[in-house]
Amino acid sequence: MLSLSRQGEHIPVYFSKNGGFIYMEKLRRLYGEMTRSQKKDLHRILTGAGIFILGEVLSALVPFFDGYGGLLIFLPAWLILGFGVLKEAVLNIKNGQVFDENFLMCIASIGAFFTGDYGEAVAVMLFYQVGELFEHCAVDRSRRSITELMNLAPDVAYVRRDGEIVEEDPADIQSDSIIVVRPGERVPLDGVVVEGSSMLDTSALTGEPVPRSAVPGSEVLSGSINQSGVLDIRVMRPYEESTVARIMELVENAASKKAKTEAFITRFARVYTPAVVLAAVLLAFLPPLILHEPFGGWIHRALMFLVVSCPCALVISVPLSFFGGIGGASRRGILAKGSNSLETLSKVGTVIMDKTGTLTKGTFSVTEVHPEGLTEEELLEKAALCEYYSGHPISQSLRAACVSELDAARISDYQETAGHGVTALVDGRKILCGNARLMERHGIQTPEVTHPGTVVHLSEDGVYCGYILISDELKPTSKETVQTLNRMGIQTVMLTGDSPASAKPVADTLGITRLHAGLLPQDKVDLCEKIMKENAASGKKTLFVGDGINDAPVLMLADIGAAMGGVGSDAAIEAADLVLMDDNPRKLVTAIRIARKTVGIVYQNIVFALVVKLAILVLSALGITGMWLAVFADVGVAMLAILNAMRCGRIKE
Amino acid sequence: MKKTFKMIDLDCANCAAKMEAAIQKIPGVNEASVVFMTQRLKIDADDARFDEIMKEAQAAVSKVDRNCKIDL
Repeated sequence: MLSLSRQGEHIPVYFSKNGGFIYMEKLRRLYGEMTRSQKKDLHRILTGAGIFILGEVLSALVPFFDGYGGLLIFLPAWLILGFGVLKEAVLNIKNGQVFDENFLMCIASIGAFFTGDYGEAVAVMLFYQVGELFEHCAVDRSRRSITELMNLAPDVAYVRRDGEIVEEDPADIQSDSIIVVRPGERVPLDGVVVEGSSMLDTSALTGEPVPRSAVPGSEVLSGSINQSGVLDIRVMRPYEESTVARIMELVENAASKKAKTEAFITRFARVYTPAVVLAAVLLAFLPPLILHEPFGGWIHRALMFLVVSCPCALVISVPLSFFGGIGGASRRGILAKGSNSLETLSKVGTVIMDKTGTLTKGTFSVTEVHPEGLTEEELLEKAALCEYYSGHPISQSLRAACVSELDAARISDYQETAGHGVTALVDGRKILCGNARLMERHGIQTPEVTHPGTVVHLSEDGVYCGYILISDELKPTSKETVQTLNRMGIQTVMLTGDSPASAKPVADTLGITRLHAGLLPQDKVDLCEKIMKENAASGKKTLFVGDGINDAPVLMLADIGAAMGGVGSDAAIEAADLVLMDDNPRKLVTAIRIARKTVGIVYQNIVFALVVKLAILVLSALGITGMWLAVFADVGVAMLAILNAMRCGRIKE
Repeated sequence: MKKTFKMIDLDCANCAAKMEAAIQKIPGVNEASVVFMTQRLKIDADDARFDEIMKEAQAAVSKVDRNCKIDL
C-alpha cells in the first residue's frame, strides 16, 4: 500500500483501476468525521431508504402493495424518516414559529399520503433528510478547516524561571520573560531570540513556504513553527497583543462583517417562504373554484410548492462561500477583515500603490559601481572603510555591499560633514566620500550622473576614483505583480514622494500605467479621493496598498485599504481592510483572484438556485413534474450549491 | 458593552438570520450579529440592562430554535 500525503493527512492508495477503493476509503474517512448524532441520522436515513426501495419494488411487482397495502411498508418508512421532523414542527408551532421548514415538509408529505401516492410521501422526507445531513456535514467540515487555522496558538509555553523550565499558559506570561521553544513546537508569543539558532516555518502566518532562519537578535512571530534547534526567546508583547491573537481575532470577526449579497439573500429569504406558501394556498383553491375542477390534482400541485419553499440552501451557500474565501486567503497570509471586504475587492478597478516599502524594499542598497582606475571591489572597500563610523543609512548600505572584512585600525582622522559626506585617512591616504558638493568643496571634478538614486563619489589623495549608485531596490515580484494586474484589466497607479525624474524610470520598468510623483502625504489623500471619484461612475472600486507607515489616512479612505507586512503595525491593522502578512506584493493578485472567484461562486449559486426553484414552481403549477422530481431537484440544488461554495479559496497560484 | 458569545447547537443558516433580526429588535441593543459559520453572537448593547437583554436574546433564540442556547 502506498501512501499519499496531502495537507498532512494520509490517504492510503490501493492499486485499483477504477479508483473504487480510494472512494471507499474516502467515504470511510467522511463517516469518521461525522458527529454522533449525524451518524445516527445517517443510519436512520439508510434504514428508511432501504424500506422505501423495498416498498417501491413490491408495489411494482405485487398488486396487493400497489393499493392501500402499500401503507404497510411506506408508513413505517415514513415514520422512521419523518418522526423527528414532525416532532420539531409541532414543538415549533407551540413556540409560535409556524412557517418553518419542518412544518412545510410535513404538510407536503402528509398531503402526498392523502392524495394516495405513498411512495412520493416517503421520498419527500427521504430527500429532505439527506439534504439536511449533507448540509450539516459540509458546514462542519468547512468550519473545521477554519478552526484548524485558528489552532495557530499553542496552549502552553515553557518559561525559564530561576533556572528551571516551567509550563505556563501563554496568556499569563509577561513581556521580557524568557521562553524556550523546542523543535516541532509552535512559538507561543512574539519575541526576540536570545540564544540558539533554528529555521522557522512561518507558512501559517505568511503563506510563504520557505523557512526563515532565526539567530540571536532576530525577531520571531508567534504561530511560526520551530523546525530544527532549541530557541530561547525574550517575550516582546503579552499574549493579547501577539501576532497569533491578532490573526485569530481578525479571522473570527471577519465572518460577522456580512457582505451585501449576504444581507440581500437573508432579506430575500424572509419574503420568499411566505410568498411561496401563499402561492401554494392560492394554487390549491383558486383554480378548482374558477375552473370547477376537483381539488385533488391542484392540491397535489400546491404541495410541490411547499417542497421548494425552504430557502436554506440559498441562505447557507452565501456565507459558506465567503467563509471559504476568507479561509483560503488567510492560509496564504492574506487577512480579510470581513466578507464585505472580499466583495469590494472583487470589484477593484484601480490599484494605487505606494512606492517605497510596497513596490520597493524600502531599504537602500548599492545598485551600481562605476570605478575609475581601480576595481569595483577596491572602490567599495575604500568607501566602506571611509564610512566605517557613520550611522547614515547610505553608509550602512555601503558596508553591507562590501565583501571584504573591514579593519577599523586602518582608519584614522574620521570627519563627517552633514549634507556632504565624510573624510577620513585610510591606510594613511586621504579619502573623500560623499556627494558632488563635497567633491566641489575640495576642487575635484565629478562627472554628471543622471541615474535615479543617490550618488556617492570617492576620491583618494585628491584623485577622483569613481562613484557608487545607491538606490532603493525593487522587490523581486513587483514587476510581475504590476503586469498581472494590468493584464487583469486593473489600472495601476504609483504614488511617491520622490521626484518625478527618479520615479519615472521605476514606473516604466514596472509597467505602471499612471504615475504621481513628488507628493506630500496630504497629496496622497487628495489623489486617492480623485481616483475614487473617477471610478465611482463605472462602479469600480479603488484599492490602496501601502506599508502602513504614514499612510493610515489613505488606507482608511480607499474603498479597500491593504496594509502590507502589517502584522507589526497596529495603526495599519486598524485602518486596513486587508492585511498582507508578508512583504510580497504578489499577494495582492492572489487576494483579488480569491475575491473574484468567491463572488463569482456566490452569484452562480444564487442564480442557479433561483432558476431551478422557479423552474420547479412553474413546472409544478402546470402539473408537468411530480413531487419526486421537485424534492430531488431542490435537494440537488442545495448540494451542488454547497459543493460549489466549498471551492472558494482554492485557486491556482 | 460589546461582547461575543458562543452559540450552542445553532444548526441552520436561515434560523441564524431570523435570530439576528429578532435580537436586533430588543430595546437597548445597538447592534447584534449572529454568525452561523463561527457559531457566534456578537452583541453591542446598553450596559445598564445588559443581563436583562441577554435573557431576552436567549428567549428570542429559543423561539426560533428551541434547542439552541447562548453560552452565557
